[in-house]
Amino acid sequence: MKELLKGNEAIAEAAVRAGLEAYFGYPITPQTELLEWLSRRLPELGRTFLQAESELAAINMVYGAACTGARVMTSSSSPGISLMMEGISYIAGTQVPVVLIDVMRGGPGLGNIAPSQGDYNQIVYGGGHGDFHPIVLAPASIQEAIDLTVEAFELAEKYRAIVVVLIDGSIGQMMEPAELPAMQPLRKQKPDWAVTGAENRERRILSSIYIDPEEEEKVNLELLEVWNEIEANELRYKEYFMEGAELVVVGFGTAGRVALSAVRAARAEGIPVGLLRPITVSPFPVQRVKELTELACGILVVEMNSGQMLKDVQAAVGGKIPVEFYGRLGGMVPLPDEILGEIKRLCYEPVAPSANPRISWMQRLDSHKN
Amino acid sequence: MVSEPPVEIVYQRPTTFTSTTTHYCPGCTHGVAHRLVAEVLEEMQLQDITVGVASVGCSVFAYNYFDCDFVEAAHGRAPAMATGIKRVLPDRVVFTYQGDGDLASIGMAEIVHAAARGENITTIFINNANYGMTGGQMAPTTLPGQKTTSSPAGRDIEQAGFPIRTAEMLATLDGAGYIVRRSLHDPKNIRKAKKAIRLAFETQVRGLGFSLVELLSTCPTNWGMNPIQALQWIEDHMIPYYPLEDFKVAPSIEQLRV
Amino acid sequence: MPVKGWIEVDQHYCKGCDLCVNACPQEVISLDMDHLTPRGYHPAYLSSEGCTGCAICAIVCPEAALTVYREVPARRVKTAA
Repeated sequence: MKELLKGNEAIAEAAVRAGLEAYFGYPITPQTELLEWLSRRLPELGRTFLQAESELAAINMVYGAACTGARVMTSSSSPGISLMMEGISYIAGTQVPVVLIDVMRGGPGLGNIAPSQGDYNQIVYGGGHGDFHPIVLAPASIQEAIDLTVEAFELAEKYRAIVVVLIDGSIGQMMEPAELPAMQPLRKQKPDWAVTGAENRERRILSSIYIDPEEEEKVNLELLEVWNEIEANELRYKEYFMEGAELVVVGFGTAGRVALSAVRAARAEGIPVGLLRPITVSPFPVQRVKELTELACGILVVEMNSGQMLKDVQAAVGGKIPVEFYGRLGGMVPLPDEILGEIKRLCYEPVAPSANPRISWMQRLDSHKN
Repeated sequence: MVSEPPVEIVYQRPTTFTSTTTHYCPGCTHGVAHRLVAEVLEEMQLQDITVGVASVGCSVFAYNYFDCDFVEAAHGRAPAMATGIKRVLPDRVVFTYQGDGDLASIGMAEIVHAAARGENITTIFINNANYGMTGGQMAPTTLPGQKTTSSPAGRDIEQAGFPIRTAEMLATLDGAGYIVRRSLHDPKNIRKAKKAIRLAFETQVRGLGFSLVELLSTCPTNWGMNPIQALQWIEDHMIPYYPLEDFKVAPSIEQLRV
Repeated sequence: MPVKGWIEVDQHYCKGCDLCVNACPQEVISLDMDHLTPRGYHPAYLSSEGCTGCAICAIVCPEAALTVYREVPARRVKTAA
């Protein structure tokens, strides 16, 4: 049954239904409602909730709980995620499963509390020091956020990985009709690597220290092998209006959703444009983008940042077809007619394949001002 | 012939304030704390040599209200930023203005070490028993049983532990020169608070170590009261837990008459 | 003879928070419920006789919206002469 749900609260409740056992977090706009929801729900169900003294403490509490095999989650927004990055790296190096909700806001620095997609680089390219990749899921609606949050726990445990649900402030704050899953019972069985007290068994150690570089190299290669498996099996994306598309718009999360409105409007005018919306931005749908270079004559990347996923698209395209960019920064959310305007420009104007789509986008912004 | 009696101005707005209207809720004592700092900076003529460090909380826009140089710190890190400034500009007056979430939660390490190092900076510490800016969550200063948006059933000692008496704790550090707690809930206490803020800045100017004034303040909006009820709440609930005392006063400051 | 004082409330700053109304020992300040400041608040104003210029209103005001005046007491004027 569908209910009108607020993004942050829906994600929190979805995690509860998925068997969340422990949450450690800290207030930061625009995701504080998630913490507030769980401060009531988890004690109600006899599960663990604690507001930590900072994001730094929170991620380390999460690390501890994860080592015991508990289903654990934290959430934050851009500056708080930055604080968590050391902990994220430790969690990756120890290979314990964790779910992290990142509700992005304008930056850099304190920035503002408006929606953005400025954490892509930070979180897709590791989310901390060293060689590792978290799985990063990017929903574009509250229903998708609910479904992906539930899946996130399964993926985290399947691969002993960090799974990030990456949204922006608007998804966190908005309300939409969506359906929550039924309450799952808590798992009784702890994983065979979990540290719980060595009663009746050999003791276990969970650590990310491998003081011998040869050993550390082996561990890193192990992580890479797991990553290769994830890349092969967990890729997700959605396509819209691809039939005969000559121009393909690529966007994730809210940018992808707004672009969909523009693409729909363009198709209504007979413009052959389609949309690729990556749902996993890590792993990135490299192969699919490569295939699209055979089908389309050009790509338009739309993001709420200065072109972060753009680089991944460009790498996959490999210069075969022109890649253009349209972005809004600092908390600004693009409107459908802005993107529609870009689509039309690309259709009716001759496109000089620019080596640097970001520069040509900035030049268009300047000329628009004058 | 009857002449007009001469008139004097008993009080006027400090010149150390800009003309920007504040964003604080009506009746919030952040405004009173700001005013006292502005008055002290004016009286001690420190405006031109002061650098303020704003923190993250309701007072995040403090730099819009004080007419002096200002920087903006990350959440909890104001004492570290202030240290950076004071170490390279030791003849400047550097102060931080922080709330209880900023100072006593995420910033606990920074304030303890600034005090332990005896940094010659002044911290104005606003204690209103919750995280105001983000909508009223529990803070390290939230009282047992107090309802907040992240302790909806009231702060449970078993689960969330006890509130922290920060002034008492910081006063145990040898580098601290002036650590006191005052309140802003009535005119008599506001007068005492102003004197404490004056002595805190005097401590800095005389190089006597780290100075901090903890100010019990209201948060009418998140406490769910009107401004006048909120003042009473400080008296009824906060002062019993957070006594208004001097915890550390450098001897020469004790003898100072201002 | 009691000192005569008066206050000016700057409507640019006053938020009608009621703290001065509550604190005034002479109870001569009220909120003007028939008037709104440019920011939409009911401003404080001197509603009765009896202000002594004690400035307690200014001490509690979170906005520094008050200027307090008083006539210099006659005794002080004489010694100055």
